[in-house]
Amino acid sequence: MGDWMTVTDPESKTISQHTSETKMSPSSLYSQQVLCSSIPLSKNVHSFFSAFCTEDNIEQSISYLDQELTTFGFPSLYEESKGKETKRELNIVAVLNCMNELLVLQRKNLLAQENVETQNLKLGSDMDHLQSCYSKLKEQLETSRREMIGLQERDRQLQCKNRNLHQLLKNEKDEVQKLQNIIASRATQYNHDMKRKEREYNKLKERLHQLVMNKKDKKIAMDILNYVGRADGKRGSWRTGKTEARNEDEMYKILLNDYEYRQKQILMENAELKKVLQQMKKEMISLLSPQKKKPRERVDDSTGTVISDVEEDAGELSRESMWDLSCETVREQLTNSIRKQWRILKSHVEKLDNQVSKVHLEGFNDEDVISRQDHEQETEKLELEIQQCKEMIKTQQQLLQQQLATACDDDTTSLLRDCYLLEEKERLKEEWSLFKEQKKNFERERRSFTEAAILLLKILGRSLLGIRHSSTVSRYGVRRQCNQGYICCLKRNILNSGIFKNIFILDWFGWV
Amino acid sequence: MNFSEVFKLSGLLCKFSPDGKYLASCVQYRLVVRDVNTLQIVQLYTCLDQIQHIEWSADSLFILCAMYKRGLVQVWSLEQPEWHCKIDEGSAGLVASCWSPDGRHILNTTEFHLRITVWSLCTKSVSYIKYPKACLQGTTFTRDGRYMALAERRDCKDYVSIFVCSDWQLLRHFDTDTQDLTGIEWAPNGCVLAVWDSCLEYKVLLYSLDGRLLSAYSAYEWSLGIKSVAWSPSSQFLAVGSYDGKVRILNHVTWKMITEFEHPAAINNPKIVVYKEAEKSPQLGLGCLSFPPPRAGAGPLPTSESKYEIASVPVSLQTLKPVTDRANPKIGIGMLAFSPDSYFLATRNDNVPSAVWVWDIQKLRLFAVLEQLSPVRAFQWDPQQPRLAICTGGSRVYLWSPAGCLSVQVPGEGDFAVLSLCWHLSGDSMALLSKDHFCLCFLETEAAVGTACRQLGGHT
Repeated sequence: MGDWMTVTDPESKTISQHTSETKMSPSSLYSQQVLCSSIPLSKNVHSFFSAFCTEDNIEQSISYLDQELTTFGFPSLYEESKGKETKRELNIVAVLNCMNELLVLQRKNLLAQENVETQNLKLGSDMDHLQSCYSKLKEQLETSRREMIGLQERDRQLQCKNRNLHQLLKNEKDEVQKLQNIIASRATQYNHDMKRKEREYNKLKERLHQLVMNKKDKKIAMDILNYVGRADGKRGSWRTGKTEARNEDEMYKILLNDYEYRQKQILMENAELKKVLQQMKKEMISLLSPQKKKPRERVDDSTGTVISDVEEDAGELSRESMWDLSCETVREQLTNSIRKQWRILKSHVEKLDNQVSKVHLEGFNDEDVISRQDHEQETEKLELEIQQCKEMIKTQQQLLQQQLATACDDDTTSLLRDCYLLEEKERLKEEWSLFKEQKKNFERERRSFTEAAILLLKILGRSLLGIRHSSTVSRYGVRRQCNQGYICCLKRNILNSGIFKNIFILDWFGWV
Repeated sequence: MNFSEVFKLSGLLCKFSPDGKYLASCVQYRLVVRDVNTLQIVQLYTCLDQIQHIEWSADSLFILCAMYKRGLVQVWSLEQPEWHCKIDEGSAGLVASCWSPDGRHILNTTEFHLRITVWSLCTKSVSYIKYPKACLQGTTFTRDGRYMALAERRDCKDYVSIFVCSDWQLLRHFDTDTQDLTGIEWAPNGCVLAVWDSCLEYKVLLYSLDGRLLSAYSAYEWSLGIKSVAWSPSSQFLAVGSYDGKVRILNHVTWKMITEFEHPAAINNPKIVVYKEAEKSPQLGLGCLSFPPPRAGAGPLPTSESKYEIASVPVSLQTLKPVTDRANPKIGIGMLAFSPDSYFLATRNDNVPSAVWVWDIQKLRLFAVLEQLSPVRAFQWDPQQPRLAICTGGSRVYLWSPAGCLSVQVPGEGDFAVLSLCWHLSGDSMALLSKDHFCLCFLETEAAVGTACRQLGGHT
C-alpha cells in the first residue's frame, strides 16, 4: 500500500464551502477530481462525498459509476439481471472488489507519481548541472580559440623571420661564392706569375752556370766609325754640383710654370663664371622689376622686397664691379644675392602658375590673358587671310603676264593704247611745262646776256673807233685787220659761248 | 683614298720618321728607308742578323736596329750612309733597346733586366743603371725630352728614379706604395707621373715631377685591377681601364674620379649611334653562273665588300665568355686611346672583342659603337684630327670620324690581312702592315677635296 500522508488541512473548510455551493455534473466532477489529484486525499474526502453523490441521485451515480468502471475494464457493479425490466441490484461484492482495485490502482499511481516526481527532480538537477557544464565548456572554447589565434600570429611572425634569415643566408652565400671566385682568380694569377718567375730564375741559373763555366766571354763593346756631335750642337759638360743645382732649378721652374698656367686657366674660368652669374643676376632683376609697374590684383609683399632688393643689388653690382678680385666676401655676396634672386624668381613663377590655373578655373575675365584656343583660332584666321591674299596676288600677276604676253582683242588694246597714250600725254605735258619754264629762264638769261653783250660791244666799238680815228691807213688797215680780228674773235667767242642762239639778235647785229 | 703598291715586310717593323719625310721598314735583315711621297728607296742597309726592333731617333737622322738574339744593336745614319755603329752587349744579352730623346744615347736593357746600359754616340762614356724593373712599361720619357722616369725594384720594394736626360743625372729617387709596379707614364705636360700597380691590386699613384705624391686612387679591392692606362693629350684626364669592364676618368685638378664608363653588351640609349659591319652580298650579273654559296664555316669571303649599317637600338653585342681558370683572362678594358684634341676616347672591352666604343669626353657619355665582324686587332687615332683607323686582321681598314664611318677594302691580289696600322704625323697617309707586306694608304685631305670640287665646278 502506498504511503499515506497525514496533512493538516487548514484550508479544507474553505474548499468545502467553495465546492458545496455549486451543483456539478458528474463529468465535471471527474475532471475536478483529476485536477485535485495532487492534493492529499484527506483533504478531498469531504468534498468528494458531498459533491458527487447525494441522497437524491444514488441510482444515477451508481449507473454512472458502473458505466465508467466498465469502460475502464472493471466488471460491472450490478448483478446479472434476470429479466429485462427488473431493477438491477447492486453487487456489493463487485463494488468492494472494484473499490479494492481502485485503491490498488491509486496506490500504484501514487507510487508512480512519486517516482516520476523524483525522476523529474533528478532530471532537473541533471539539466542544471549540464547547463553549468555547457557554459564552462563554452568559456573554455573561447579561451582556447583566442590562444590559437595568438599562436597562429606568432607562427606567422616566426615564418617571416625565417624567410628573412633564409634570404640573408643566401646573400651571404653569394658573397662568399664571389669572394671565393676572386680568390681563385687571384690564386691562378699568382701561380702564373710564380711559374714565370721560376722559369726566369731557372734561366738565370743556367746562364750563371754557363758563365762560370765559360772562361772567355764575348767582349761587351761598341764599335763606332766616328763619334757624332750632340743634337743641340753644344759640348758635353762635367757633372758637378752646379749642374745638379741647375737641374733642380730647371725642374722647379717647369713645375711652377705648369702651376701658373693652370692657375691662370682657373682664374679665367672663374672670371667667366662670375660674369655669367652677374649677367644672370641682372637679368633676373630686370625680369622681376617690371612687375612693380603693372598694378595687379594679386599684389603681395614680395614685390616690396623685390624693389628693395633691386636697390640693394644695384648697389652691390657697383661694388662688385669695383672689386673684381677673388676675395671671399665678394664671392659670397654674389652667390647669396643670386640665391635670393633665384628664390624670388621661383616664387614669382609659382605664383604665375597658380594664377594661370585659377584663370582656367574661373574663366577668361582678365583681358591680358588670352586663352590658348582663341589664340589658335586667331592665328588660323590670319593664316587663311594670308593664303587668300597670296592667291589673289598670284592670280593678278598671272593676268598681268597674260596681258603682256598674249594678244588681246582690239577694244582692250585700243583702250590700253589710250591708257598708254594718256600716260604719255601726261608725261609730255609735264615735260612741256618744264621745258616752258626752262625756256623762260633761258630767255631771261639771254636778255640779260644780250644787254651785257650790247654794252660790251658798245664799249668795244667806241674803243675801236677811237683807235681807227687816231691811227694811219696802214696802221688802220692793220688795226682794222687787228680790230676785225678782235671782232672776229669776239664774234666767234660769243657765238661759241652759245648765248646768242636766237637768230633774231644775231641778225640785228648783222653777223649772220 | 689611294693605296700604294705592296712592299715586303717582316716582323711588323714599319715606322715613319718623326719629321714625316721617310718611312723605314725591315725585310729580314735589311733595313729599307723610303721617301714618304714617292715611296722610292732612299737608303738600304744590311744588318748582321734578323732585326727585331727598329726605332728612329727624335731628330730623324739615325735609325737603330736591334737584334736581340745576337745581342747586337746597329745604328745607321741617314745623312751619311757610310757611317756605321755597332753595339755588342755580348754575354749580357739584350731584351730591349731604345733611343734617348736627344737622339744621341741608346739605352739597352740586358737580359734578365740586370741593368740598363746607356751608350753615348757623342762621347766614350757608358752609364749603367742597376735594378731596373722588369715590367711592361718601365721607362718613360717626357714629351719635351728633358726627363726620364725609370721603375726599379730593390729588396722586394718598388722605386722610381727620375733622370735628367741631358746629363743623366739622378734628379729624384723615391719609393712607391705599390705591391708590384706594372707601368709608369708621364703626363703630356711633363709635370705628373702616373704609376700603377699590377692587376692583383687596383692602385694608381700620381707623383709630381719633384717626387711628391699628389694622389693615390683605388676603385676597389681584391678583384683584378688595372688593365690599361692612357693620358689625354691635354693632360686634363687620366683614363684607367680595368678588368671589371669599366674605364674611370680622373681629372687633373683633384685627381679624383669624375666619371666611369661602363661597357655593357646591350646598348639601349637611342642617342648612341651603333655601326654594325655587314657583308655586302656580291652582285651577280645576268650572264654569270651562280656559284653555290660558301659554307658557313669557310671564313670571311676574301674579296667581298662590306659596309656599315646603322643598327637600331636596343642592340646586343657579341660577347666572349672568358675561361675563368686561366691567368690574364680576356675580360676588361684592354685598349684605350684618346683622340689628339682630347674630345674622344676609343676603348675596347676584351669581353666584346669585335666592338670599339667611342666616348665623347666633352659630354662624358658614349658617342658611338662600332661592331666589326671579327675581333679588333688595333686602332689608332689620326695625329691631327679626331679620326680613328681600325683593323681587324681582315683585308679591310675601317675609318671612323664624328661625321660617319667607312670600310675600305685594301686592293691587291690575294689576301692582305691588315694586322697593324700606323698613321703618318700629318694625318694624310697611313701604313697598313700585314705579316709579310705593307702598303701605304693616302687619304684625301679636305683641301684636296675642296680643290677637286672647285675644278669640277670650273669645267661644268
